[in-house]
Amino acid sequence: MLTVKGLNTEYPSLKGPPVKAAQDVAFEVPAGKFFTLLGPSGCGKTTTLRSIAGLERPVGGEISVNGRLVYSAEKKIFIPPNQRNFGMVFQSYAIWPHMTVFANAAFPLEVRKTKLSKKEIRDKVMRVLSAVALDQYAEREATRLSGGQQQRLALARALVMEPELLLLDEPLSNLDAKLRDRMRFELKRIQRELGLTTIYVTHDQGEALALSHEIAVMNEGRIVQVGAPRDIYDHPRTKFVADFIGTTNFIDGVALGQDSTSGRWNVRTPVGDLLVHTDQTLAANMRVTVSIRPEDVELLEEPAAANGYNLVSGLVDQKVFLGDMVDFQVKVDDYILLSRAHPSLRTPIGDRIYIRMNPEKCVAIPDTSPARAAA
Amino acid sequence: MASTGQATDLPEAVQQPAIKADPKWFVMGGVVSIVAWLALIPLFFLIYQSFRTPGTARKPAIWTLGNYFDAYSSSDTLVLFANSVEFAAGTAVLALVVGTALAWMTERTNTPLKPLFYALSIIPLIIPGILFVVSWIFLASPKIGLINLALQKILGTDKVYVDIYSMAGMIWVDGLHYAPIAFLLMTAAFRAMDPSLEESAMMSGASMWGIFRRITLKLAFPAVAASFLILFVRSIESFEVPALLGLPVGIQVFTSAIYDAIHSYPSNIGLAAAYAITLLVITMGGIYFQSRITAQGGKYSTVTGKGFRPRTIDLGRWKYLTAGIFVVYALLVVVLPFIVLLWSSLQKYYSVPSWEALQNVSLTAYKTVINYPSVGTAVWNSFLLSVGTATTVMLLTAVVCWIVLRTKIPGRWVLDQVASVPLVLPGLVMGLAIMVCYLSIGGGIYGSIWILFIAYVTRFLPYGMRYNTTSMVQLHKELEESAAMSGASWFTAFRKVVLPLLKPGLLAGWIYIVIVSVRELSSSILLYSPGTEVVSIVIWEMWQNGQYVELSAFGVMLIATLFVFVMTAQWLGKRFGVKES
Repeated sequence: MLTVKGLNTEYPSLKGPPVKAAQDVAFEVPAGKFFTLLGPSGCGKTTTLRSIAGLERPVGGEISVNGRLVYSAEKKIFIPPNQRNFGMVFQSYAIWPHMTVFANAAFPLEVRKTKLSKKEIRDKVMRVLSAVALDQYAEREATRLSGGQQQRLALARALVMEPELLLLDEPLSNLDAKLRDRMRFELKRIQRELGLTTIYVTHDQGEALALSHEIAVMNEGRIVQVGAPRDIYDHPRTKFVADFIGTTNFIDGVALGQDSTSGRWNVRTPVGDLLVHTDQTLAANMRVTVSIRPEDVELLEEPAAANGYNLVSGLVDQKVFLGDMVDFQVKVDDYILLSRAHPSLRTPIGDRIYIRMNPEKCVAIPDTSPARAAA
Repeated sequence: MASTGQATDLPEAVQQPAIKADPKWFVMGGVVSIVAWLALIPLFFLIYQSFRTPGTARKPAIWTLGNYFDAYSSSDTLVLFANSVEFAAGTAVLALVVGTALAWMTERTNTPLKPLFYALSIIPLIIPGILFVVSWIFLASPKIGLINLALQKILGTDKVYVDIYSMAGMIWVDGLHYAPIAFLLMTAAFRAMDPSLEESAMMSGASMWGIFRRITLKLAFPAVAASFLILFVRSIESFEVPALLGLPVGIQVFTSAIYDAIHSYPSNIGLAAAYAITLLVITMGGIYFQSRITAQGGKYSTVTGKGFRPRTIDLGRWKYLTAGIFVVYALLVVVLPFIVLLWSSLQKYYSVPSWEALQNVSLTAYKTVINYPSVGTAVWNSFLLSVGTATTVMLLTAVVCWIVLRTKIPGRWVLDQVASVPLVLPGLVMGLAIMVCYLSIGGGIYGSIWILFIAYVTRFLPYGMRYNTTSMVQLHKELEESAAMSGASWFTAFRKVVLPLLKPGLLAGWIYIVIVSVRELSSSILLYSPGTEVVSIVIWEMWQNGQYVELSAFGVMLIATLFVFVMTAQWLGKRFGVKES
């Protein structure tokens, strides 16, 4: 469906050489899938989206949709955005304040080359407005809508043109938390129902995990890892991904050797020797970082070992009651490990406590790991 | 702009595909050439002229440094310089003190009558400078001034209490005239100041005085300094006040010296040009430092993106005092000047208010003015010039702003700078430069109404830039981009989205330029010729001829017309324009 190959973008800078934004970005999105570009500020994700939209002109690479080339540096093809037929929802919604709700949504149909009759336009517009539950506001001035309604109107405007591709640039970032949760479900429902291929840009890992079929994590202009949400969360390939998505504990260590039967690696760390999982090639004596999520750090008041599990002991240093869970900080030697436990665990501060970790959940990341994974 | 800090923080990528033979490029090329011509060529001729001797029939003009020698060798120049600086600094300080106090009262206190005051604050902008000066002569001249006469009557003396024909009088009138501008500048500064900065000082235990001294004053410093420089430059450029109040008693400043040099016989344009260059250097310095301060002040303004509600101080019983200050200010700036003009317009011959004079009230002066030979022409000329100038400037600068803000053409910032050049040219200097330029080029422009048109368009280019920049910056780029994503072509997007959204800004700028064009005197006075008079020139001539009652009648009609115009335009704008969200 959407294929992006070797995409590079640059900005002219006042002094010195141009600034590189997206570098060698490549990915493929199958039809009907929800694909997310996730990363911190300035990582190049918005630039990548705007290059797909045609609002920015890359300096190298190729973008094609359904086999149609919309951009190619080599063949000198650049289809302007108004001929690409992609729907886009902007971060600011970009609702035109001088038009009514209906006029905003009808605009794409009115400006396009193949003319539609008044009635056809009316039917199509009312159909999408009712899909986003705005049909009763059709004649209202667009500026008198609430934030959530404006966001739905922006979505309706993008949908009314029956786009080949739906581009969403942080559409939820300007909404308050409750509304954001509701719109998240709404977006997912509409995307599923219409089977639209969707590219979504966000810096919010929660949104990305909740909505996407596939996520591409970007950092410093490059894609560092692509995968399904669960895959990215459970098996981060770099420290950056592990740290950016969710909360994690990092433990520095040195690889000792591979266990021949289980395929697990043994890693010597300040909290003790650990059996860990890895997708990457390690070698003995290699410096590694072990990442483990707080919810996978099991706390026990008695040393109940389980077969093959890592077991260490420490002292309760701090705890924070959060209602549905308790965050424990456990001191193992000089290392503080964060654990997320059930509120029923009430071990007092200063007491000894035992930590059990599933080796499957302890992910070793080589410190010399390349800055990016082959996407 | 990107509040959530996305990749949009980065500058935009090159996105204007260079398509040849697009009509868009011809429009841009034309506009760039016009702006460059208007802003730069007269300046070049002015500098050239300052190095030439006056050419006569017998003796051709040659290169010389004599003009500068004449201008700087005489000890009079020192006096001239001292007078100019004293006048400008005094005016700026007075305007700033009044404006800041008023701005603080409206923005940060619970003074009554605040909404009324906002509405009132625009009115001084529509009173032409020359009428304001004349009305103050009626009020405070030593012989006929009403204030003196009233005090003499009450106290039974013949002592002169106030004399408007003095440096203090000049500063008083010009300072009051510029106070509304200071008020607007300082209101903006107070609004941009996050009150939580003061509140956090209060929470840290600072006293009210300590907060004022260590936080408010420090934060406001860039705004105060920048406003002072703007006002200083404006007042060193003023022509009406020094010409009407200073010249009769021999207090000369640069502007009146330039006017004198041109109007002496034989006229000494070279000397005027040398003075003009000096004045230009001063104004350039002022604007330069002002822009430096404003740029540095950027770090003081903590833009949070959150709308903050300014805290207002409860003044208690003192609020009646501040309300009283409002009333006094309104009296001095609007009510009294207008009333004396109205009074004098209803007389046959100028006379001070008395029972006797009250019985002689008549509308004769209005009849005279309407039948006055040059009034009809002048009104028609002013109408054509103001509407033509406002329309031309707004369209021209809309394209310039679009180029500067929306394209990525290299060197576009130069265009922005060039279009702002006229900002440093005092009206009189601009008039002189344009006069010299089109006298040298020929082609019949000098002596026709076109030279006034050229002067007005050049002078008000920076205003057009400011209005268009403000509204185009507020126009989020995504509004245009979403039109492109919806399939609209560049022209469709411009027509259906950009233009309708720019309308309020275009209209506001247009109204403002119409008003300043009607008020314009200092450039016109060097460029008009018989048949191309404008209304401000007619007022000037009436003053020179001593036709005070006719002048007053004309002034009253002019102010009333401008007032109705502004009200109608605003009403139309609200009715048919776009509501600003």
